[in-house]
Amino acid sequence: MAPLKIKKGTSKHSAYDLRDPHSEGLERHTLAVVVANEAGVLARVIGLFSGRGYNIESLTVAETDHRGHLSRITVVTIGTPSVIEQIKAQLGRIVPVHEVHDLTVEGPSVERELALFKVAGEGNDRIEALRLAEIFRANVVDSTLSSFVFEMTGTSEKIDAFAELMRPLGLQEVARTGVAALSRGTA
Amino acid sequence: MIVQALKDQGVDTVFGYPGGAVLPIYDEIFLQNDIRHYLVRHEQGAVHAAEGYARSTGKPGVVLVTSGPGATNAVTGLTDALMDSIPIVVLTGQVPTFMIGNDAFQEADTVGITRPCTKHNWLVRDTADLSNVIHQAFHVATHGRPGPVLVDIPKDVQFASAAYTAPENARTSHYAPKTRGDADRIEELVALIESAERPIIYSGGGVINSGVAASQKLRELVDGTNFPITSTLMGLGAYPANGRNWVGMLGMHGLYEANLAMHDCDLMINIGARFDDRITGRLDAFSPGSRKVHIDIDPSSVNKVIHVDVPIIGDVDSVLGDALALWKSRGSKTRKDAVEVWWAKIREWRSINCLAFTQATKTIKPQHALTRLEALTKDHDRYICTEVGQHQMWAAQYLGFNEPHRWMTSGGLGTMGYGFPASIGVQVAHPGALVINVAGEASWLMNMQEMGTAVQYNLPVKQFILNNERLGMVRQWQELLHGERYSQSWSEALPDFVKLAEAFGAKGILCSDPDDLDDAIMEMLAYDGPVIFDCVVEKHENCFPMIPSGEPHNKMLLGEASTKGAIGTKGAVMV
Ligand SMILES: Cc1ncc(C[n+]2csc(CCOP(=O)(O)OP(=O)(O)O)c2C)c(N)n1
Ligand SMILES: [Mg+2]
Repeated sequence: MAPLKIKKGTSKHSAYDLRDPHSEGLERHTLAVVVANEAGVLARVIGLFSGRGYNIESLTVAETDHRGHLSRITVVTIGTPSVIEQIKAQLGRIVPVHEVHDLTVEGPSVERELALFKVAGEGNDRIEALRLAEIFRANVVDSTLSSFVFEMTGTSEKIDAFAELMRPLGLQEVARTGVAALSRGTA
Repeated sequence: MIVQALKDQGVDTVFGYPGGAVLPIYDEIFLQNDIRHYLVRHEQGAVHAAEGYARSTGKPGVVLVTSGPGATNAVTGLTDALMDSIPIVVLTGQVPTFMIGNDAFQEADTVGITRPCTKHNWLVRDTADLSNVIHQAFHVATHGRPGPVLVDIPKDVQFASAAYTAPENARTSHYAPKTRGDADRIEELVALIESAERPIIYSGGGVINSGVAASQKLRELVDGTNFPITSTLMGLGAYPANGRNWVGMLGMHGLYEANLAMHDCDLMINIGARFDDRITGRLDAFSPGSRKVHIDIDPSSVNKVIHVDVPIIGDVDSVLGDALALWKSRGSKTRKDAVEVWWAKIREWRSINCLAFTQATKTIKPQHALTRLEALTKDHDRYICTEVGQHQMWAAQYLGFNEPHRWMTSGGLGTMGYGFPASIGVQVAHPGALVINVAGEASWLMNMQEMGTAVQYNLPVKQFILNNERLGMVRQWQELLHGERYSQSWSEALPDFVKLAEAFGAKGILCSDPDDLDDAIMEMLAYDGPVIFDCVVEKHENCFPMIPSGEPHNKMLLGEASTKGAIGTKGAVMV
């Protein structure tokens, strides 16, 4: 038989950017899903993930285009390359979904998350917490004589790292927004 | 307004069942004559009837049911239609908007319950949106990969009035799936067609859904290239069973030659099928040496189960049209000699005659009953429905389908109780045609209340029940996989089907002697009205060939002799 111009299972010529389809390695992808802002659309997206057994690491949603009634859902998910491709195709099938972008493969992107940390402590712990907050560029948004609330924006890793450091210093509660992401440069 | 929107969508038939939350719509229906409403006896029946109507016409089927239990009874039908990509539009009543969320009488979260079993659904909270949403619903149901949609309409929204939106002004633009296949990939497909030595075309329900023109192009491709063609259960009829290149259905109960050709081919062209587990068997041993091309309108079908070399996203009709044009313009080339050698191999496989059976003298074998049914009806303008079980597989094996839209069966969901109401929908769409539902006695009982519908509208549907007094397919699996422990697979306390028919005002025929079979079938065909044909058959017949779950295609069981110990424990966990 004539050789195919494409190599079996390579990315460029497939329907999608398919990396090695047989790889069992897990990858973390950030997807931006632009949806019509109608009732139940978030339930459809979440129902897809739970119904088909996909992972959601983080999810944020808000209306981003009021005039066009469009919302942007940012989902961070983990799966093998073929599962990630399936997730994108399945998302694309939902009727009110207008666009699906895989920011992880579509070129460089920026990802940020906002988090609030409540840290209670006295004496040296309190001083140490403040000092670390400064290094991490976290702001104090509330303070009492025995507690602080810090606000920090950064990558998920940075937020994880800060939470780890705060733990022995009296970390009580963390609230995180989940990831918001955009591609770099002009699209 | 709702009836107007339906009329503007070309609807002339609705299957439904009334209730408090849809009374205003039923009032509108009462006051007009353009739309004919068929009163079913259970809402599940309404949805299957609409599926039968849609499958046999290519037009969307329409259902109208009430809130709460009306809507929940429709769920099985919706799931069935989703799995088999059947376009249907279901309208449900809902409690008034100001009562939603209060656990009102007959309130159910219908859009919540049906979200995973519809292609899309809507709750209309404002009458001003109503006509627009109904038009969108038809658009979504019929464009891209077809499927069921549902519009939930609270009673106050039905009562209020608002300006009507005509179909041409409805907002449907955003949902426009790609239908044209990528030119580079179509070129790759053509190059593969030109160079393949052991090709096979594997077609599916997508060809039927793409319309009659798609089946025509498929035939042109097959006949032009002289490639062998097999099909899934859902795709039967797209290429004619009496066509020169037909190698029969493939899959778990498919033909030996079809499955071996799939296993040994060097080029597999999947047209509108989805590599379902009933087709592929063990994935790591599925057609190991072939290049695979997959034509499908739904991007999520491609590379879902089987990784393919050439994915082509588009409508079958359009893609085949482009591929044929290109192939012809390049000189209509194939490796003729090699393909001839391949055919010789296929003929060798065919010569084992995997569907052979011996008809006994005393009892009717189910295969024999279907062989006679085929012989006596094949020249009729004929539509066949089935229930689910052994009889379904035998019907697929022993009946021949030469045209698309003639074969209605529940493939993806495997819904017992599908066939009878589906046959009603088919008969409504084709009043003069012969409509036969090949049934198992157990499946048939699941929606037997629809006898009332058949009699009320004098729909002459023929219920051809292969009565083995067993949940035959379950019994077969228990025999092969569970040490012959026949747990709950007896059909006990069966009704007298002849009396049952008569109780409904229909005709009943009982046949248990092979010598009477032909006459009894002729009697059924001659009767102008619904018939229940109780065909008492051999109780312990198994359906072969069979690829046990979890086995590759070349590990096929052919008959009783090869079954002992053939299914390992690994296969037993699969369904
Ligand atoms: C609604 C539903 N329940 C259960 C099953 C599982 N099931 C598949 S085939 C079968 C037996 C069908 O018996 P019958 O209709 O008599 O057909 P036969 O296999 O005997 O031809 C059962 C119970 C199903 N497919 N659908
Ligand atoms: Mg039975």
